[in-house]
Amino acid sequence: MLLNQFLLLAAALFCIGVYGVISRRNGVLVLMSIELILNSVNINLVAFSAMTGAVTGQVFALFVIAVAAAEVGIGLAIVLAIFRNYRSVDLDDVDLMKG
Amino acid sequence: MIGSLLAAAQNADAPTLVAQNISFGIIAAVMIYSAIRVVTTANVVHAAFFLVVVLAGASAQFILLGAEFIAITQVLVYIGAIVVLFLFGIMLTKAPMSGEEKLSRDNWPLGVLTSVVMLGLLGYSLVDGFGGDRIPADLAPTDTRVVSDAIFSQYLIPFEVISVLLLAALIGAIVIARRD
Repeated sequence: MLLNQFLLLAAALFCIGVYGVISRRNGVLVLMSIELILNSVNINLVAFSAMTGAVTGQVFALFVIAVAAAEVGIGLAIVLAIFRNYRSVDLDDVDLMKG
Repeated sequence: MIGSLLAAAQNADAPTLVAQNISFGIIAAVMIYSAIRVVTTANVVHAAFFLVVVLAGASAQFILLGAEFIAITQVLVYIGAIVVLFLFGIMLTKAPMSGEEKLSRDNWPLGVLTSVVMLGLLGYSLVDGFGGDRIPADLAPTDTRVVSDAIFSQYLIPFEVISVLLLAALIGAIVIARRD
C-alpha cells in the first residue's frame, strides 16, 4: 500500500470538513464537520505510525480522540445555551459581538 | 508491463496487497461519499447517520493499517458516545427533521471554491513530498501492550493532562448547559 493513498483520503476528508464548517448554518452540523476534520488528522497520524513503525502516532491519535470527546461535550453545551437564549441554533443569529 | 506483472505475481505478498488495495478503495469511496452527504444533506438526523458511516470507515482503515486498539477506541468513543451525544443535541435543539429550514448558507459556492483549492494544494504537496513512500508490506498489527507502554512511560504527563482536560470539559459542559 502506498502511504499517499491514506494521506490523500485524509486530505479529502479534511477539505470536506472545512467546506461544512464554512457553509453550514446549524450549530450541530458545524460540530459534525469539525469531527470530520479531526478524523482525517487521526488517519494521517496512524498512517505515518504504520509507515515508520513507531507507536507515537497511535498514542497521539488516542489523545486526539479524547480531545474530540471533550470538544463535542463543550460544543453541544454551548449550542444548547445558544438555543436557550435565541430559540434557534442558526449561527447567523449569533452576532452580538459583531462590530 | 508483462515483466512487472510477472514480478508482482512471483511476489508472495502480492495477493494480500491487492486485497488490501481493493478494500482500501471500496472503504475510501464509501467514506468520501458519506462525508459529502454529511455536509450537504438537508436532514440533520441523516447527517448524523452518515457521520456514523464515515467514522466506521475510518475505523476500518485503522484496522487495515494494523492499529487495532485505535480502531476499537474509535468505535467505542465516536460511534458509541459522540454520535449519541449529537443525536441528543439534535433532539434537544428541535432541529427540523424534514428540512424545511435552510441548513446551508447562501455563500456555499465560496466554500466549495475554498475547499477545492485547498484540496488541490494539499494533493499536489502530498504527491510531491511522499510520492513513492510505501507502507511496509510485512505490516504486523500493533500490539496493544506497546501502545500502553508508550502511554504510561514516555507520554505519561500528556496522558495526565488529557485526563484533567476531560474532567474540566465535563464539568464545564454541565455548568454551561445547566438551566439556572
